Amino acid sequence: MSKLLVSTTVNGDAQEFLCDPGATLLEALREQLGLTGSKEGCGSGDCGACTVVLDGNMVCSCLVLAAEAEGRQVATIEGVAEGSMLHPVQQKFLEHGALQCGFCTPGFIVAAKALLDHNPAPSESEVRYWLAGNLCRCTGYDKIVRAVMDAAAQLRQERMPA
Amino acid sequence: MPSPAFHAPGTVDEVVGLLAGDPQARVLAGGTDLIVQMRSGRIAPSAVIDLKRIGGMSGVRVEAGTFAIGAATACTALKDCAELVAAWPGVVEAANLIGSVQVRNRATMGGNLCNASPAADSVPALVAAGATCVVAGPAGRREVPVAAIPAGPGKTSLAPGEFVVEIRLPPRPAGGGDAYLRSIPRTEMDIAVVGAGVSLVLGPDGTCTSARIALGAVAPTVVLVEDAAAALVGSRLDDAALDRMAEAVRAACRPIDDKRGTAGYRTAMAAVLARRTVNIARERAQSESTSKA
Ligand SMILES: Cc1cc2nc3c(=O)[nH]c(=O)nc-3n(C[C@H](O)[C@H](O)[C@H](O)COP(=O)(O)OP(=O)(O)OC[C@H]3O[C@@H](n4cnc5c(N)ncnc54)[C@H](O)[C@@H]3O)c2cc1C
Ligand code: FES
Ligand code: FES
Repeated sequence: MSKLLVSTTVNGDAQEFLCDPGATLLEALREQLGLTGSKEGCGSGDCGACTVVLDGNMVCSCLVLAAEAEGRQVATIEGVAEGSMLHPVQQKFLEHGALQCGFCTPGFIVAAKALLDHNPAPSESEVRYWLAGNLCRCTGYDKIVRAVMDAAAQLRQERMPA
Repeated sequence: MPSPAFHAPGTVDEVVGLLAGDPQARVLAGGTDLIVQMRSGRIAPSAVIDLKRIGGMSGVRVEAGTFAIGAATACTALKDCAELVAAWPGVVEAANLIGSVQVRNRATMGGNLCNASPAADSVPALVAAGATCVVAGPAGRREVPVAAIPAGPGKTSLAPGEFVVEIRLPPRPAGGGDAYLRSIPRTEMDIAVVGAGVSLVLGPDGTCTSARIALGAVAPTVVLVEDAAAALVGSRLDDAALDRMAEAVRAACRPIDDKRGTAGYRTAMAAVLARRTVNIARERAQSESTSKA
């Protein structure tokens, strides 16, 4: 089977990789590009550990073919912090202890950031519904929800005109 | 999984040509069924044909109150069309019950329809709304009711080389309202045990002048229950009419037992759910007639 050459943009950088036509975007990110932050929990769209943002919309990268990324913009967990400056969602996950094993964390952070990028003041129930596609076997979710609510509050304050 | 060929054509004709030339090829819309099935080994298509690069295939066109929804339009993108949300809230809500936000950002109603799961959430809502779809194939284009596409679990009536180009919804009738509800064991991320789609038209005095009631997950395909609709037409949706409607709904159910519910539960729940759905459609129809008055 001949490989496909895919040109795409990942976290703002132009990237090219070769992949099998049936390979998923998750496989390409992890194996071709060495971006192993996105995780494979289920490979069937149920757990959200592989969440990335594709052309502005969060998706399960395990259910996207790598070839579909041609010419598209992909944003992964690796692009969330700015250098060594953590994003408020990341900082609040640490402060609230919103992770234990950490396997689900990249997916939750990408998803939570995607929510706050377009809804700066979600209700708790909006946060819970938004994150319904992200599973965590460790934390029981409460600390995650609190971290996201707190990050939203901090972002609102940061954005307030001085 | 064995790797299929990947095509991302730019025109409908190219898709038809590829499909007609290779019976094992599959169309890719959002991939939320197709890629899952490929990865589990349930299917091994020889080629995957992405619809998302075709011009005009993504998004909703509004033409004289009629809605043309491109087959590559993700469920979440339906919410961006304010006229569609106002006209057919039940359809938009049904499509946005599917999976998670991640799934809905990819999943399409065309894929939901052509995957032909008896429990597909958007399908009863589309059937209740009287939706049609435009099918392209080697013989040109034809427009068929959405209800004519599913032929059984995992089977469609599409001929070799055919695919759905767009789904069409009529203008919302004056005094009209629609709704969709499903019953699932959890609050999110589950497959319907029963789904009910309802579209009603009420006259100025509250008399029901037309109704369509469609059920999901209670038979091999979506069922349009004409007797249930007939029980409502001419009534003011009083309890006696709703009881007759519920009876007709139960009579139309031919469900299976599975891990999500027994046949008996599904049948009983279908009637309960249809009643609740009629009530929401009624409220929407009434707010429509008062806002016009
Ligand atoms: C985690 C998860 C949760 C889910 N939850 C739900 C749920 O709650 N309710 C529900 O109903 N479904 C659910 N699904 C199933 C799935 O998301 C839906 O059926 C979705 O609408 C499929 O659309 P798609 O665009 O992704 O289809 P695809 O996967 O791209 O295609 C599905 C099938 O239809 C064919 N096809 C697609 N488009 C066309 C077309 N235009 N013409 C002809 N054939 C076509 C494909 O070849 C394939 O066989 C869920 C899936 C996942 C992974
Ligand atoms: S790995 Fe993609 S959703 Fe679980
Ligand atoms: S922290 Fe372990 S799965 Fe969430």
